[in-house]
Amino acid sequence: MNFKIFLSLALLAIAPIAQAKLNVVATLPDFGAIAEEIGGDKIKVTTLARGTEDPHFVDAKPGFIRVLNQADVLLEGGAELELGWLPPLVNNARNGKILSGKPGCVKMSRGIALLEIPSGSVDRSMGDVHPTGNPHYWLNPANGKIMASQLADVFSELDSKNSTHYRARLKKFNERLDQKLAEWKKQMEPYRGTKVVTYHKSYEYFADAFGLEVVGQIEPKPGIEPSPTHINALIPRMKNERVGLLLIEPNRGRKTPEFIAKSTGAKLVVLPGMTGGHQKAQDYFGLFDYAVAQITAALKTK
Amino acid sequence: MKIFKIIGLSSALCLSVMTLSAQETNEVEQLKKQLQQMQDSFDKVQREQKQQLDALMKQLDTLQKNQTTVSAEQEKLKQEMARPIVEAAPSTIVPEKKPWSPSDPIQLFGAGQSYINVSFDGLFTAGTSTADDIDALQPGGHDPKQRGFTVQNLETTFEGKVDSYLRGQANIVLQIDPDGETIIEAEEAYLETLSLPWNLQLKAGQYFTEFGRLNPTHPHAWDFVDQPLVNNRFLGPDGLRNPGARLSWLTPTPFYSELFLGIQNSQGETATSFRSAGGHAHGGEEDEEELPFAYRHPDNDRGVRGLDDMLFAPRYAVSFDLTDSQTVLAGVSGLFGPNSSGQSGDTDTQIYGVDFKWKWKSPNHIGGFPFVSWQTEVMLRKFRAGAFDWDEDGNGGDADGNTFADEGVLVNSATGLPAVLSRETLTDYGFYSQLNYGFKKGWVAGLRFDYLEGERGDYEKLPLILADNAGGGETVGLDLERARRWRISPNLTWYPSEFSKLRLQYNYDDRQSIGVDHSVWLQFEFLLGAHSAHKF
Repeated sequence: MNFKIFLSLALLAIAPIAQAKLNVVATLPDFGAIAEEIGGDKIKVTTLARGTEDPHFVDAKPGFIRVLNQADVLLEGGAELELGWLPPLVNNARNGKILSGKPGCVKMSRGIALLEIPSGSVDRSMGDVHPTGNPHYWLNPANGKIMASQLADVFSELDSKNSTHYRARLKKFNERLDQKLAEWKKQMEPYRGTKVVTYHKSYEYFADAFGLEVVGQIEPKPGIEPSPTHINALIPRMKNERVGLLLIEPNRGRKTPEFIAKSTGAKLVVLPGMTGGHQKAQDYFGLFDYAVAQITAALKTK
Repeated sequence: MKIFKIIGLSSALCLSVMTLSAQETNEVEQLKKQLQQMQDSFDKVQREQKQQLDALMKQLDTLQKNQTTVSAEQEKLKQEMARPIVEAAPSTIVPEKKPWSPSDPIQLFGAGQSYINVSFDGLFTAGTSTADDIDALQPGGHDPKQRGFTVQNLETTFEGKVDSYLRGQANIVLQIDPDGETIIEAEEAYLETLSLPWNLQLKAGQYFTEFGRLNPTHPHAWDFVDQPLVNNRFLGPDGLRNPGARLSWLTPTPFYSELFLGIQNSQGETATSFRSAGGHAHGGEEDEEELPFAYRHPDNDRGVRGLDDMLFAPRYAVSFDLTDSQTVLAGVSGLFGPNSSGQSGDTDTQIYGVDFKWKWKSPNHIGGFPFVSWQTEVMLRKFRAGAFDWDEDGNGGDADGNTFADEGVLVNSATGLPAVLSRETLTDYGFYSQLNYGFKKGWVAGLRFDYLEGERGDYEKLPLILADNAGGGETVGLDLERARRWRISPNLTWYPSEFSKLRLQYNYDDRQSIGVDHSVWLQFEFLLGAHSAHKF
């Protein structure tokens, strides 16, 4: 009899935990944004990096240890982008659920064909070359689908009673993305084949998705600030190749890009590299809506 | 083999039994007994071999079983890998391909289960100073030690997951001293648990005591060329580190808050302020250059007799985000353990510390710049020194039979006898405060202020002289190991990349009873191998 009372009390104590939302922690806002699309009100999403930040140099704030300590799922890039700050946080979080190899540790790059995987040997004299490939893969909506599909799988596995909810939301997300993608492609169609120079190699996936052709960077090597020699060589090359568009992230200094744009006639467009990078790009769809609108507006006036 | 031997032996025995059948029965009895014994041991060997065979069969079975589960798992994995691809069906998908990179773990064993991240960091300075005693001016173990070049720190770090429960790290440090001698130090080597229940974490091995912020930080991660003076005086030139174990608890609060309790050995060279002096040192070469702390010869050969011979290190740290781009981390730490100026349980040291860090980082940073950070640590030390009579055996000389007038004996010039020091508590305090401003990608300007002060002890008020053989001696007076000094250090650092730096620093030093000195140091660093993650 006593045991039964104890058991029911214990069950009562566990009940709120069992009913609690799946606690999802995303390293980058794009992962968090897609998780929101798939999880809806059944999950709670916390994002560590903000959309305006340089994702490679996020501060390992102690508060993140506590956030990771409570996570059921950790969404990380899987392409070395967070290498400089994430590992000690996870090691200190004392949370077996999100350790590498556990279902709660999700590498978002899984199943995605990363661009620019170096074929030969890599060393650090080449700048910040990522041996696993260019890590900015969320900027192709097709990759958004792959990420969404993995998230639906993971959420369904960890929270099986809501799996129909996640599946339904995945279906809705895919339908909406297909429809939006068709719209974006239509808007971008007149500018297909436009040659582009970018500040950093952040927009290769975006260019790939919408038929832009990236021909160079303001940075001489990834992560290395531009030198006058490099700029002096870049400007005539851009003129020669009739580069029409110059893409930079919001946090880059404007002086050099503006000078280049003026010298070459290329249109300078400031494009957020991540969801939340601009106030009009607060979710995954908003990111592309904003990017497409900015680019088409800039190129139209040409 | 064994079987053949036994069969051979037993058949030989049978033969001999037959030929000896005519002999006396008691002999037969004896032989029978022997035969029985042989039979028994034969049976035993057979039994053992059967057991071995069984065990082998069992192992074979489990191996086979594992193989099937492994291939089943592989199959499952394959299916999993295929699933999102089929559902999403975008145009181009290739399986993840990973060429080796310098930041990748080096696989030491083919299975891919045992691996370590290896990195090597070289830290050097070049510079000059107006001081004649640069060793005392720059007392840190990794400080610039001479005019010209100093090899500060050559550090090899091994790090990785030990298994699914533990992480391991080892930092092996090489230094080249001013005499050109290479010194090796096992600076840290510890394991740390990954997911203990109840938010606990255990660390064990040889490690830097988690006291304040700078002590557990390796020199290449410091924002200045040299060690803060307060860390040097209270926690030692190489930082406080010793073998031990530490348990920490991440409290279930909405913000970060962590409680640490460490227990370490209190003896050894790296336990400054505690039982750092070796043995019962009297006279001899060790003492020729400097006097023991507070002029009491260490009584330190007792080992560990009880818990009060251990060093305890509690700490509490808490962190808040003031805004999205401003974070504060504050902590209080304590150190409690015996010192070597007296008997076990008789004399002890207490050190209390408060540390504080505030950092602002632009919400639109590139490469982590711009930022501003301010870090301060304040420490207080209570050193309970035992009573000490330089005339230890009451014959007017020291234990080695030297008389009070012999060289190296501390004499009270008022009495003309070896000094008698009474029991007393020595109070010292100090702090450093540093401001760093990362004003442009790769560029940081820094300013640090160091201050140290000690309350005069009774022994410093005595008219003590260090006797020489000529019947005279050198007046002792102020204890320079506890005297006031301060320092102000502006610097400028350039990081060409995350893996190298160049730093120029100027030090204005003012030491009580010595005076002002100026130093300029240029520090350079390179890092090879695994990408080290930055802590807050």
